[in-house]
Amino acid sequence: MIVSELSGRRIEGDTMSELLHLPLEALHTELGARMVPFAGYSMPVQYGLGVMKEHQHTRAAAGLFDVSHMGQVILRGADYAAVAQAMEALVPVDIAGLGLNRQRYGFFTNDAGGIEDDLMLANRGDHLFVVINAACKDADIALMRAGLPADVTLEVVEDRALLALQGPLAEDVLAGLNDHVRAMRFMDVADLVLEGADCWVSRSGYTGEDGFEISVPVDAAEALARRLLTDARVEAIGLGARDSLRLEAGLCLYGHDIDAATSPVEAGLSWAIQKVRRTGGAREGGFPGAARILAELTDGAPRARVGLSPEGRAPMREGVALYAAAEGGDPVGHITSGGFGPTVGAPVAMGMVARDHAARGTQLYGDVRGKRLPVAVVALPFTPANFKR
Amino acid sequence: MKYTEDHEWLRVEGDVVVVGITEHASTQLGDVVFVELPEVGTMVAAGDEIVVIESVKAASDIAAPLDGEIVEINEAIVDEPSKVNEDPLGAAWFFKMKIDDLSALDQFMDEDEYKELVD
Repeated sequence: MIVSELSGRRIEGDTMSELLHLPLEALHTELGARMVPFAGYSMPVQYGLGVMKEHQHTRAAAGLFDVSHMGQVILRGADYAAVAQAMEALVPVDIAGLGLNRQRYGFFTNDAGGIEDDLMLANRGDHLFVVINAACKDADIALMRAGLPADVTLEVVEDRALLALQGPLAEDVLAGLNDHVRAMRFMDVADLVLEGADCWVSRSGYTGEDGFEISVPVDAAEALARRLLTDARVEAIGLGARDSLRLEAGLCLYGHDIDAATSPVEAGLSWAIQKVRRTGGAREGGFPGAARILAELTDGAPRARVGLSPEGRAPMREGVALYAAAEGGDPVGHITSGGFGPTVGAPVAMGMVARDHAARGTQLYGDVRGKRLPVAVVALPFTPANFKR
Repeated sequence: MKYTEDHEWLRVEGDVVVVGITEHASTQLGDVVFVELPEVGTMVAAGDEIVVIESVKAASDIAAPLDGEIVEINEAIVDEPSKVNEDPLGAAWFFKMKIDDLSALDQFMDEDEYKELVD
Protein backbone atom coordinates (compact mmCIF):
# COMPACT_ATOMS: atom_id res chain seq x y z
CA MET A 1 0.00 0.00 0.00
CA ILE A 2 1.18 3.48 -0.84
CA VAL A 3 0.89 5.16 2.52
CA SER A 4 3.08 8.01 1.39
CA GLU A 5 0.28 9.13 -0.90
CA LEU A 6 -2.01 9.63 2.01
CA SER A 7 -0.42 12.56 3.72
CA GLY A 8 -2.25 15.16 1.73
CA ARG A 9 0.12 15.45 -1.17
CA ARG A 10 -2.93 14.99 -3.35
CA ILE A 11 -4.13 18.43 -2.39
CA GLU A 12 -1.08 20.04 -3.93
CA GLY A 13 2.17 18.70 -5.31
CA ASP A 14 4.63 20.62 -3.16
CA THR A 15 7.56 19.10 -1.35
CA MET A 16 8.33 19.59 2.32
CA SER A 17 11.47 21.63 1.59
CA GLU A 18 11.46 25.42 1.76
CA LEU A 19 7.95 25.58 3.12
CA LEU A 20 6.54 28.67 4.73
CA HIS A 21 5.21 28.32 8.25
CA LEU A 22 1.98 29.56 9.78
CA PRO A 23 2.32 31.79 12.85
CA LEU A 24 0.31 29.22 14.81
CA GLU A 25 2.27 26.15 13.69
CA ALA A 26 3.37 25.30 17.26
CA LEU A 27 -0.25 25.32 18.40
CA HIS A 28 -1.26 23.04 15.53
CA THR A 29 1.47 20.58 16.43
CA GLU A 30 0.46 20.72 20.08
CA LEU A 31 -3.13 19.96 19.03
CA GLY A 32 -1.95 16.83 17.23
CA ALA A 33 -2.20 18.12 13.67
CA ARG A 34 -0.74 16.22 10.78
CA MET A 35 1.12 18.87 8.79
CA VAL A 36 1.33 18.65 5.00
CA PRO A 37 2.59 20.94 2.25
CA PHE A 38 -0.13 23.03 0.62
CA ALA A 39 0.36 26.06 -1.61
CA GLY A 40 3.90 26.49 -0.33
CA TYR A 41 2.92 26.33 3.35
CA SER A 42 3.14 23.64 5.97
CA MET A 43 -0.55 23.29 6.83
CA PRO A 44 -2.63 21.18 9.24
CA VAL A 45 -4.54 18.69 7.06
CA GLN A 46 -6.28 17.08 10.04
CA TYR A 47 -6.19 16.84 13.82
CA GLY A 48 -6.97 13.91 16.10
CA LEU A 49 -10.65 13.76 15.20
CA GLY A 50 -9.92 12.97 11.56
CA VAL A 51 -11.44 14.48 8.43
CA MET A 52 -14.85 12.83 8.74
CA LYS A 53 -15.56 13.91 12.33
CA GLU A 54 -14.02 17.36 11.81
CA HIS A 55 -16.35 17.87 8.86
CA GLN A 56 -19.41 16.72 10.80
CA HIS A 57 -18.46 18.80 13.83
CA THR A 58 -18.29 21.96 11.69
CA ARG A 59 -21.78 21.31 10.28
CA ALA A 60 -23.16 20.62 13.77
CA ALA A 61 -21.34 23.09 16.03
CA ALA A 62 -18.29 25.25 15.28
CA GLY A 63 -14.91 24.61 13.67
CA LEU A 64 -11.80 26.76 13.93
CA PHE A 65 -9.65 26.94 10.80
CA ASP A 66 -6.25 28.59 10.44
CA VAL A 67 -6.27 30.16 6.98
CA SER A 68 -3.32 32.48 7.59
CA HIS A 69 -1.71 31.21 4.38
CA MET A 70 -4.18 33.34 2.43
CA GLY A 71 -3.06 36.77 1.32
CA GLN A 72 -4.48 39.90 2.95
CA VAL A 73 -4.04 43.10 0.96
CA ILE A 74 -5.04 46.72 1.56
CA LEU A 75 -5.57 49.04 -1.41
CA ARG A 76 -5.70 52.79 -0.84
CA GLY A 77 -6.28 55.73 -3.16
CA ALA A 78 -7.66 59.26 -2.99
CA ASP A 79 -10.81 57.71 -1.55
CA TYR A 80 -12.74 54.40 -1.70
CA ALA A 81 -14.43 55.36 -4.97
CA ALA A 82 -11.07 55.89 -6.66
CA VAL A 83 -9.72 52.52 -5.51
CA ALA A 84 -12.94 50.74 -6.45
CA GLN A 85 -12.91 52.24 -9.92
CA ALA A 86 -9.29 51.19 -10.44
CA MET A 87 -9.92 47.66 -9.20
CA GLU A 88 -12.96 47.28 -11.47
CA ALA A 89 -10.50 47.29 -14.38
CA LEU A 90 -9.19 43.95 -13.11
CA VAL A 91 -12.31 42.37 -11.59
CA PRO A 92 -15.73 42.08 -13.34
CA VAL A 93 -17.64 42.88 -10.18
CA ASP A 94 -19.52 45.92 -8.87
CA ILE A 95 -16.90 47.15 -6.40
CA ALA A 96 -17.91 50.82 -6.56
CA GLY A 97 -21.44 49.93 -5.48
CA LEU A 98 -20.32 47.86 -2.52
CA GLY A 99 -21.78 49.32 0.66
CA LEU A 100 -19.64 50.53 3.53
CA ASN A 101 -18.37 47.55 5.54
CA ARG A 102 -19.84 45.08 3.09
CA GLN A 103 -17.94 42.23 1.47
CA ARG A 104 -18.33 40.60 -1.92
CA TYR A 105 -16.92 37.61 -3.83
CA GLY A 106 -15.08 38.25 -7.07
CA PHE A 107 -12.26 37.12 -9.36
CA PHE A 108 -9.40 38.47 -11.43
CA THR A 109 -9.91 37.68 -15.11
CA ASN A 110 -7.37 37.49 -17.94
CA ASP A 111 -7.51 38.70 -21.53
CA ALA A 112 -8.79 35.29 -22.65
CA GLY A 113 -11.73 35.58 -20.25
CA GLY A 114 -10.32 32.95 -17.86
CA ILE A 115 -10.00 33.31 -14.10
CA GLU A 116 -6.60 34.22 -12.62
CA ASP A 117 -7.81 33.81 -9.01
CA ASP A 118 -10.94 34.23 -6.95
CA LEU A 119 -10.97 36.65 -4.03
CA MET A 120 -13.00 38.49 -1.41
CA LEU A 121 -13.36 42.28 -1.56
CA ALA A 122 -14.50 44.52 1.29
CA ASN A 123 -15.34 48.22 1.40
CA ARG A 124 -13.63 49.48 4.56
CA GLY A 125 -14.46 53.14 4.08
CA ASP A 126 -11.01 54.59 3.43
CA HIS A 127 -9.64 51.45 1.76
CA LEU A 128 -10.47 48.25 -0.09
CA PHE A 129 -9.54 45.07 1.78
CA VAL A 130 -8.84 42.03 -0.34
CA VAL A 131 -8.27 38.36 0.59
CA ILE A 132 -6.58 36.19 -2.05
CA ASN A 133 -5.58 32.53 -2.35
CA ALA A 134 -2.19 31.47 -1.01
CA ALA A 135 -1.16 29.68 -4.20
CA CYS A 136 -1.89 32.79 -6.29
CA LYS A 137 -0.61 35.40 -3.82
CA ASP A 138 2.54 36.48 -5.67
CA ALA A 139 0.83 36.45 -9.08
CA ASP A 140 -2.15 38.41 -7.77
CA ILE A 141 0.03 41.04 -6.16
CA ALA A 142 2.05 41.39 -9.36
CA LEU A 143 -1.19 41.60 -11.35
CA MET A 144 -2.50 44.38 -9.08
CA ARG A 145 0.78 46.31 -9.06
CA ALA A 146 0.87 46.18 -12.87
CA GLY A 147 -2.82 46.86 -13.41
CA LEU A 148 -3.60 49.56 -10.85
CA PRO A 149 -2.71 53.23 -11.40
CA ALA A 150 0.25 54.74 -9.56
CA ASP A 151 -1.96 56.67 -7.14
CA VAL A 152 -3.37 53.44 -5.73
CA THR A 153 -1.06 51.99 -3.10
CA LEU A 154 -0.91 48.31 -2.30
CA GLU A 155 0.00 47.09 1.18
CA VAL A 156 0.47 43.38 1.81
CA VAL A 157 -0.64 42.70 5.37
CA GLU A 158 2.15 40.55 6.81
CA ASP A 159 1.50 41.05 10.52
CA ARG A 160 -1.92 39.44 10.75
CA ALA A 161 -3.09 35.85 10.95
CA LEU A 162 -6.45 34.82 9.49
CA LEU A 163 -8.73 32.49 11.44
CA ALA A 164 -12.15 31.21 10.37
CA LEU A 165 -14.80 30.13 12.85
CA GLN A 166 -17.47 28.25 10.94
CA GLY A 167 -20.65 26.42 11.82
CA PRO A 168 -24.16 26.94 13.19
CA LEU A 169 -22.83 27.72 16.68
CA ALA A 170 -20.10 30.12 15.49
CA GLU A 171 -22.24 33.15 16.34
CA ASP A 172 -22.98 31.97 19.89
CA VAL A 173 -19.32 31.17 20.48
CA LEU A 174 -17.97 34.46 19.15
CA ALA A 175 -20.69 36.47 20.89
CA GLY A 176 -19.11 35.27 24.13
CA LEU A 177 -16.08 37.38 23.18
CA ASN A 178 -17.92 40.32 21.64
CA ASP A 179 -21.69 40.51 21.51
CA HIS A 180 -21.64 42.79 18.46
CA VAL A 181 -21.20 39.78 16.15
CA ARG A 182 -24.88 38.98 16.62
CA ALA A 183 -25.80 42.16 14.77
CA MET A 184 -23.69 41.26 11.73
CA ARG A 185 -25.37 39.89 8.62
CA PHE A 186 -23.85 37.56 6.04
CA MET A 187 -21.01 39.48 4.28
CA ASP A 188 -20.88 42.30 6.85
CA VAL A 189 -17.42 43.44 7.97
CA ALA A 190 -16.54 45.13 11.27
CA ASP A 191 -13.60 46.18 13.44
CA LEU A 192 -14.08 44.32 16.71
CA VAL A 193 -12.01 43.78 19.83
CA LEU A 194 -11.72 40.05 20.50
CA GLU A 195 -9.73 38.82 23.48
CA GLY A 196 -8.14 42.26 23.74
CA ALA A 197 -6.99 42.33 20.13
CA ASP A 198 -8.14 44.68 17.36
CA CYS A 199 -9.63 42.32 14.79
CA TRP A 200 -11.16 42.74 11.35
CA VAL A 201 -14.14 40.41 11.32
CA SER A 202 -16.32 39.42 8.37
CA ARG A 203 -19.41 37.24 8.52
CA SER A 204 -18.34 34.88 5.78
CA GLY A 205 -16.36 31.75 5.08
CA TYR A 206 -15.97 28.91 2.65
CA THR A 207 -17.79 25.97 4.18
CA GLY A 208 -21.43 26.68 3.30
CA GLU A 209 -22.07 27.33 6.98
CA ASP A 210 -22.67 30.54 8.86
CA GLY A 211 -19.46 31.83 10.37
CA PHE A 212 -16.77 34.46 10.61
CA GLU A 213 -13.34 35.17 9.23
CA ILE A 214 -11.11 36.97 11.69
CA SER A 215 -8.00 38.90 10.73
CA VAL A 216 -6.03 39.16 13.97
CA PRO A 217 -2.59 40.64 14.77
CA VAL A 218 -0.03 37.81 14.72
CA ASP A 219 1.08 38.46 18.30
CA ALA A 220 -2.51 38.06 19.55
CA ALA A 221 -3.55 35.18 17.30
CA GLU A 222 -2.52 32.32 19.56
CA ALA A 223 -4.35 33.73 22.58
CA LEU A 224 -7.50 34.19 20.51
CA ALA A 225 -7.29 30.70 19.02
CA ARG A 226 -6.71 29.16 22.46
CA ARG A 227 -9.63 31.10 23.93
CA LEU A 228 -11.94 29.88 21.16
CA LEU A 229 -10.70 26.31 21.57
CA THR A 230 -11.46 26.32 25.31
CA ASP A 231 -15.12 26.48 24.28
CA ALA A 232 -16.46 22.91 24.22
CA ARG A 233 -18.44 23.72 21.08
CA VAL A 234 -15.25 24.46 19.10
CA GLU A 235 -12.84 21.99 17.51
CA ALA A 236 -9.74 22.70 15.43
CA ILE A 237 -10.44 21.70 11.83
CA GLY A 238 -7.86 20.93 9.14
CA LEU A 239 -7.57 21.41 5.40
CA GLY A 240 -9.01 17.98 4.67
CA ALA A 241 -12.40 18.86 6.13
CA ARG A 242 -12.18 22.37 4.71
CA ASP A 243 -12.01 20.74 1.28
CA SER A 244 -14.93 18.33 1.81
CA LEU A 245 -17.04 21.12 3.38
CA ARG A 246 -16.52 23.51 0.46
CA LEU A 247 -17.10 20.70 -2.05
CA GLU A 248 -20.46 19.78 -0.50
CA ALA A 249 -21.27 23.51 -0.47
CA GLY A 250 -20.59 23.64 -4.23
CA LEU A 251 -17.80 26.21 -3.82
CA CYS A 252 -14.92 26.37 -6.31
CA LEU A 253 -11.31 25.67 -5.43
CA TYR A 254 -8.92 27.68 -7.57
CA GLY A 255 -6.60 25.54 -9.68
CA HIS A 256 -9.15 22.72 -9.65
CA ASP A 257 -12.72 23.81 -10.46
CA ILE A 258 -11.63 27.14 -11.93
CA ASP A 259 -8.39 28.19 -13.61
CA ALA A 260 -6.86 30.53 -16.18
CA ALA A 261 -8.73 28.80 -19.02
CA THR A 262 -12.13 28.66 -17.31
CA SER A 263 -14.48 31.61 -17.72
CA PRO A 264 -16.72 32.75 -14.88
CA VAL A 265 -19.78 31.87 -16.96
CA GLU A 266 -18.57 28.29 -17.54
CA ALA A 267 -17.78 28.08 -13.85
CA GLY A 268 -21.34 28.98 -12.90
CA LEU A 269 -20.16 32.20 -11.27
CA SER A 270 -22.25 34.58 -13.39
CA TRP A 271 -24.16 35.54 -10.21
CA ALA A 272 -21.01 37.33 -9.02
CA ILE A 273 -21.03 39.66 -12.06
CA GLN A 274 -23.58 42.33 -11.23
CA LYS A 275 -25.82 43.92 -13.89
CA VAL A 276 -23.90 47.19 -13.80
CA ARG A 277 -20.83 45.43 -15.28
CA ARG A 278 -22.80 43.52 -17.93
CA THR A 279 -23.90 44.55 -21.43
CA GLY A 280 -26.19 47.55 -21.10
CA GLY A 281 -24.99 48.31 -17.56
CA ALA A 282 -23.67 51.75 -16.53
CA ARG A 283 -20.12 50.38 -16.17
CA GLU A 284 -20.36 47.66 -18.81
CA GLY A 285 -17.19 45.66 -19.46
CA GLY A 286 -13.85 47.36 -18.94
CA PHE A 287 -12.21 44.26 -17.41
CA PRO A 288 -9.82 41.71 -18.96
CA GLY A 289 -11.60 39.21 -21.19
CA ALA A 290 -14.80 41.27 -21.28
CA ALA A 291 -15.49 40.34 -24.92
CA ARG A 292 -15.71 36.62 -24.15
CA ILE A 293 -17.35 36.95 -20.76
CA LEU A 294 -20.05 39.40 -21.87
CA ALA A 295 -20.80 37.28 -24.93
CA GLU A 296 -21.11 34.14 -22.80
CA LEU A 297 -23.41 35.94 -20.36
CA THR A 298 -25.72 36.62 -23.31
CA ASP A 299 -25.32 33.46 -25.40
CA GLY A 300 -24.25 30.87 -22.84
CA ALA A 301 -20.89 29.10 -22.55
CA PRO A 302 -19.84 25.92 -24.35
CA ARG A 303 -19.15 24.15 -21.03
CA ALA A 304 -20.67 24.28 -17.58
CA ARG A 305 -19.59 23.40 -14.06
CA VAL A 306 -22.08 20.92 -12.65
CA GLY A 307 -22.71 18.93 -9.51
CA LEU A 308 -22.17 15.21 -9.95
CA SER A 309 -23.51 12.41 -7.84
CA PRO A 310 -21.82 9.03 -8.44
CA GLU A 311 -24.36 6.22 -8.29
CA GLY A 312 -22.15 3.71 -6.54
CA ARG A 313 -19.95 4.04 -3.49
CA ALA A 314 -16.68 4.65 -5.32
CA PRO A 315 -15.56 8.28 -5.05
CA MET A 316 -14.78 9.95 -8.38
CA ARG A 317 -11.72 12.13 -7.94
CA GLU A 318 -10.36 15.12 -9.84
CA GLY A 319 -9.33 14.21 -13.39
CA VAL A 320 -11.80 11.36 -13.92
CA ALA A 321 -13.01 11.52 -17.56
CA LEU A 322 -16.77 11.74 -18.11
CA TYR A 323 -18.55 10.04 -20.99
CA ALA A 324 -22.09 10.25 -22.34
CA ALA A 325 -22.37 6.49 -22.79
CA ALA A 326 -21.27 3.35 -20.99
CA GLU A 327 -19.11 2.43 -23.96
CA GLY A 328 -17.30 4.27 -26.76
CA GLY A 329 -17.29 7.92 -27.68
CA ASP A 330 -15.03 10.78 -26.63
CA PRO A 331 -15.13 12.35 -23.17
CA VAL A 332 -17.76 15.06 -22.71
CA GLY A 333 -16.07 16.46 -19.62
CA HIS A 334 -14.09 15.67 -16.50
CA ILE A 335 -14.30 15.81 -12.73
CA THR A 336 -12.70 18.95 -11.28
CA SER A 337 -13.17 18.11 -7.57
CA GLY A 338 -14.43 14.92 -6.07
CA GLY A 339 -14.42 12.80 -2.99
CA PHE A 340 -16.63 11.58 -0.21
CA GLY A 341 -19.20 13.95 1.31
CA PRO A 342 -19.41 13.18 5.02
CA THR A 343 -22.71 15.08 5.48
CA VAL A 344 -24.22 13.62 2.31
CA GLY A 345 -22.92 10.19 3.32
CA ALA A 346 -21.95 9.35 -0.25
CA PRO A 347 -19.46 10.34 -2.92
CA VAL A 348 -19.89 13.87 -4.28
CA ALA A 349 -18.14 15.67 -7.14
CA MET A 350 -18.13 18.69 -9.39
CA GLY A 351 -17.12 18.64 -13.02
CA MET A 352 -16.85 20.66 -16.19
CA VAL A 353 -19.01 19.20 -18.97
CA ALA A 354 -20.09 20.17 -22.49
CA ARG A 355 -23.26 22.27 -22.49
CA ASP A 356 -25.34 19.52 -24.14
CA HIS A 357 -24.63 17.20 -21.21
CA ALA A 358 -25.01 19.67 -18.38
CA ALA A 359 -28.76 19.49 -17.75
CA ARG A 360 -29.80 18.34 -14.29
CA GLY A 361 -30.65 14.65 -14.33
CA THR A 362 -28.34 13.82 -17.24
CA GLN A 363 -26.76 10.40 -16.82
CA LEU A 364 -23.01 10.35 -17.45
CA TYR A 365 -20.27 7.78 -16.89
CA GLY A 366 -17.02 8.37 -15.06
CA ASP A 367 -13.96 6.34 -16.00
CA VAL A 368 -12.72 5.01 -12.65
CA ARG A 369 -9.71 2.73 -12.98
CA GLY A 370 -10.77 1.67 -16.47
CA LYS A 371 -14.42 1.02 -15.61
CA ARG A 372 -17.21 3.39 -16.62
CA LEU A 373 -19.41 3.95 -13.59
CA PRO A 374 -22.73 5.84 -13.69
CA VAL A 375 -22.87 9.37 -12.31
CA ALA A 376 -25.78 11.83 -12.46
CA VAL A 377 -25.71 15.58 -13.05
CA VAL A 378 -27.32 17.14 -9.97
CA ALA A 379 -27.99 20.59 -8.52
CA LEU A 380 -25.41 22.38 -6.39
CA PRO A 381 -24.92 22.69 -3.48
CA PHE A 382 -25.13 19.16 -2.08
CA THR A 383 -25.88 20.58 1.36
CA PRO A 384 -28.06 23.71 1.70
CA ALA A 385 -26.21 26.91 2.58
CA ASN A 386 -26.73 27.99 6.17
CA PHE A 387 -25.96 31.72 5.94
CA LYS A 388 -27.47 34.47 8.10
CA ARG A 389 -28.82 36.78 5.40
CA MET B 1 1.88 -12.58 12.22
CA LYS B 2 4.10 -11.25 9.43
CA TYR B 3 4.28 -7.75 8.00
CA THR B 4 5.13 -6.31 4.59
CA GLU B 5 6.83 -3.01 3.82
CA ASP B 6 3.53 -1.98 2.27
CA HIS B 7 1.90 -2.13 5.71
CA GLU B 8 -0.03 -5.34 5.19
CA TRP B 9 -0.23 -8.06 7.82
CA LEU B 10 -0.29 -11.76 6.95
CA ARG B 11 -1.56 -14.52 9.21
CA VAL B 12 -1.52 -18.23 8.43
CA GLU B 13 -4.85 -19.97 8.97
CA GLY B 14 -4.58 -23.65 8.09
CA ASP B 15 -3.34 -23.73 4.49
CA VAL B 16 -4.38 -20.18 3.59
CA VAL B 17 -2.92 -16.75 4.33
CA VAL B 18 -5.23 -14.03 5.68
CA VAL B 19 -4.24 -10.50 4.59
CA GLY B 20 -5.20 -7.14 6.10
CA ILE B 21 -3.67 -3.73 6.71
CA THR B 22 -1.91 -2.63 9.86
CA GLU B 23 -3.14 -0.24 12.49
CA HIS B 24 -0.47 2.22 11.32
CA ALA B 25 -1.78 2.04 7.76
CA SER B 26 -5.39 2.50 8.79
CA THR B 27 -4.47 5.53 10.89
CA GLN B 28 -2.44 7.03 8.06
CA LEU B 29 -5.29 6.45 5.62
CA GLY B 30 -7.88 8.16 7.76
CA ASP B 31 -11.59 7.47 7.46
CA VAL B 32 -12.04 4.69 4.92
CA VAL B 33 -15.13 5.20 2.76
CA PHE B 34 -14.73 2.66 -0.05
CA VAL B 35 -13.13 -0.75 -0.52
CA GLU B 36 -12.98 -2.77 -3.73
CA LEU B 37 -11.82 -6.39 -3.41
CA PRO B 38 -10.72 -8.93 -6.06
CA GLU B 39 -13.03 -11.73 -7.08
CA VAL B 40 -12.76 -15.12 -5.44
CA GLY B 41 -10.86 -17.49 -7.72
CA THR B 42 -8.57 -14.79 -9.14
CA MET B 43 -4.99 -15.93 -9.65
CA VAL B 44 -2.67 -13.13 -8.58
CA ALA B 45 1.04 -12.43 -8.75
CA ALA B 46 3.00 -10.71 -6.01
CA GLY B 47 2.86 -6.97 -6.61
CA ASP B 48 -0.44 -6.98 -8.51
CA GLU B 49 -2.66 -4.19 -7.29
CA ILE B 50 -5.75 -6.11 -6.31
CA VAL B 51 -7.49 -3.95 -3.70
CA VAL B 52 -8.61 -0.33 -3.99
CA ILE B 53 -9.08 1.48 -0.72
CA GLU B 54 -10.32 5.05 -0.55
CA SER B 55 -10.38 7.34 2.43
CA VAL B 56 -12.14 10.70 2.59
CA LYS B 57 -9.06 12.25 1.05
CA ALA B 58 -7.21 9.78 -1.13
CA ALA B 59 -7.23 6.56 -3.09
CA SER B 60 -4.64 3.85 -2.50
CA ASP B 61 -3.93 0.36 -3.77
CA ILE B 62 -3.05 -2.78 -1.91
CA ALA B 63 -0.84 -5.21 -3.74
CA ALA B 64 -0.91 -8.98 -3.52
CA PRO B 65 1.96 -9.89 -1.15
CA LEU B 66 2.59 -13.26 -2.82
CA ASP B 67 1.68 -15.37 -5.87
CA GLY B 68 -1.48 -17.37 -5.29
CA GLU B 69 -5.23 -17.70 -5.59
CA ILE B 70 -7.83 -15.55 -3.84
CA VAL B 71 -10.06 -18.03 -1.98
CA GLU B 72 -12.19 -15.74 0.18
CA ILE B 73 -12.91 -12.02 0.50
CA ASN B 74 -14.37 -10.01 3.36
CA GLU B 75 -17.62 -8.52 2.03
CA ALA B 76 -18.26 -6.93 5.43
CA ILE B 77 -15.65 -4.20 4.77
CA VAL B 78 -17.19 -3.49 1.37
CA ASP B 79 -20.57 -2.95 3.03
CA GLU B 80 -19.10 -1.05 5.94
CA PRO B 81 -15.70 0.45 5.04
CA SER B 82 -15.37 2.17 8.43
CA LYS B 83 -14.61 -1.26 9.93
CA VAL B 84 -11.12 -0.87 8.44
CA ASN B 85 -10.51 1.98 10.90
CA GLU B 86 -12.25 0.29 13.81
CA ASP B 87 -10.67 -3.16 13.76
CA PRO B 88 -7.92 -3.38 11.12
CA LEU B 89 -6.17 -6.34 12.75
CA GLY B 90 -9.31 -8.38 13.36
CA ALA B 91 -12.76 -8.13 11.78
CA ALA B 92 -11.50 -5.97 8.90
CA TRP B 93 -9.29 -8.54 7.17
CA PHE B 94 -9.28 -8.05 3.38
CA PHE B 95 -8.84 -11.39 1.63
CA LYS B 96 -7.56 -14.93 2.07
CA MET B 97 -5.20 -16.47 -0.46
CA LYS B 98 -3.85 -19.91 -1.12
CA ILE B 99 -0.13 -20.06 -1.84
CA ASP B 100 2.07 -22.94 -2.97
CA ASP B 101 4.65 -22.72 -0.25
CA LEU B 102 3.95 -21.21 3.15
CA SER B 103 7.69 -20.80 3.74
CA ALA B 104 7.48 -17.84 1.35
CA LEU B 105 6.23 -15.89 4.38
CA ASP B 106 9.71 -16.05 5.90
CA GLN B 107 10.81 -13.15 3.69
CA PHE B 108 8.53 -10.73 5.58
CA MET B 109 9.08 -8.83 8.82
CA ASP B 110 8.08 -10.04 12.24
CA GLU B 111 6.32 -7.72 14.67
CA ASP B 112 9.48 -6.22 16.17
CA GLU B 113 10.98 -5.48 12.77
CA TYR B 114 7.74 -3.88 11.59
CA LYS B 115 7.51 -1.72 14.69
CA GLU B 116 11.00 -0.50 13.98
CA LEU B 117 9.94 0.44 10.45
CA VAL B 118 6.96 2.55 11.48
CA ASP B 119 8.32 4.15 14.64
